[in-house]
Amino acid sequence: MPQKTLLNAAHRALNARMVDFGGWDMPVNYGSQIEEHHAVRNDCGMFDVSHMCPVDIAGPDARTFLSRLVANDVAKLTQPGKALYSAMLTPEGTVIDDLIIYYQNEQLFRLVVNAGTAVKDLAWMQACARDWGMQVTMTPLRDDLSPGPASALGMIAVQGPNARTKVWQVFPQLKAAIEALDPFFGCPVGNWFVGRTGYTGEDGFELMIPAAETEAAWNALLEAGVKPCGLGARDTLRLEAGMNLYGNDMDETVSPLDAGLAWTVAMKDARSFVGREALSTRGQRHQFLGLVLLDKGVLRGHQKVVTAQGEGEITSGTFAPTLEKSIALARLPIGVAIGDTVDVDIRGKLLKARVVKPVFARNGKSLV
Amino acid sequence: MSKAPAELKYAESHEWVRVEADGTVTIGITDHAQEALGDLVFVELPQVGADVSAGKEIAVVESVKAAADVYAPISGKILTVNDTVTDAPESVNQDAYAAWLFKMAPSNPAEIEALLTADAYLTIADA
Repeated sequence: MPQKTLLNAAHRALNARMVDFGGWDMPVNYGSQIEEHHAVRNDCGMFDVSHMCPVDIAGPDARTFLSRLVANDVAKLTQPGKALYSAMLTPEGTVIDDLIIYYQNEQLFRLVVNAGTAVKDLAWMQACARDWGMQVTMTPLRDDLSPGPASALGMIAVQGPNARTKVWQVFPQLKAAIEALDPFFGCPVGNWFVGRTGYTGEDGFELMIPAAETEAAWNALLEAGVKPCGLGARDTLRLEAGMNLYGNDMDETVSPLDAGLAWTVAMKDARSFVGREALSTRGQRHQFLGLVLLDKGVLRGHQKVVTAQGEGEITSGTFAPTLEKSIALARLPIGVAIGDTVDVDIRGKLLKARVVKPVFARNGKSLV
Repeated sequence: MSKAPAELKYAESHEWVRVEADGTVTIGITDHAQEALGDLVFVELPQVGADVSAGKEIAVVESVKAAADVYAPISGKILTVNDTVTDAPESVNQDAYAAWLFKMAPSNPAEIEALLTADAYLTIADA
């Protein structure tokens, strides 16, 4: 039986089309994936992301622990509330997971990790803390992993150009605390936590809400006209925004340097972190770039890309509703340049695609 | 519940088949199939004039989230394809039984008899 989020009954009440997503029974759409996509680009939509797992890292060694644990450098977190995106690596320099770290104070950092990797991540983090003799506690806050129902959190991402005003309209008690919240910051408001973060390329909030209040919050947003959006739209939005998906674009067989995540790997100073030596030894072997299909068809993960410099592979592909074209993220040989035309093998036919920067749309606008 | 008009025949692989007065057959994908796929964005239809055998993959429909093969529900020759659907794949989502994909001249009428009734198809599709 797949696991259910706190909002499972709410999705079923909306006649969502449900799928098994990495062991979770999740809505893929509530009718039309394309309409949901446009709602987020042009107005406001919401996603149940309660399958993702917030984890509080607390204690005197919290910063030192994270500094060694993840590839990005938590030294960048100087202002309370600031968020940092990072990969967590194996000693072999491959990606265990990608996550967000919200800095709250020197004793407390809140991580949000992926759904399917949460149990593995926790085991890894606990083993590291033990081996390094760190004084930290780790508290997962997803309802199935949390120490008790009182600490469990649901998560709703409200995204789109009108997301902020909608959230204030529905939850006026949040407005004073989050009106001045800058992008990529988060803050607690009572027993809620609000991040001005997301996975769509649009403005918006990720709301972490006590489990007992999550369904009421969802229904209140729904009544205010916020469009429920499924994982289908979440995937097309993140792909247009050029954001990686764990399990597709990187995993424990892939270096972050080959997955377009070099910008998140902080190697300028001498800081020691898990995977660093392997990354230095191995270096970058591939480029991670975008493709726009010039012929008719749809790019998909695992399709082969044929270039003058050798073969590459699509890691994520889809039809992009904002661009009305098919786009993809791809691992390509070194030497392929932005602007090149390459071939993609789709069911045995070679179709033409143009190589672009892997950011296709942001803030409602096409960038390619 | 998906729709399946009683006057049509169905293949387990989710195609519908309508026998026309002149003995040709019109073929499309079922309402259940379009609903399962979601918003269609690409349709590739067979070559006109091709001789195909029942069960062979002869067309492709792709939604935002997945690609699916369309199988020839019967054997015969492809007479014509519906270019309107190639230009507007979403028309299949709007009405899967109006947005036909291709027409065939059947070479073995017994294959049509062996196709499923609407009730039998829905038992499989909605299982």
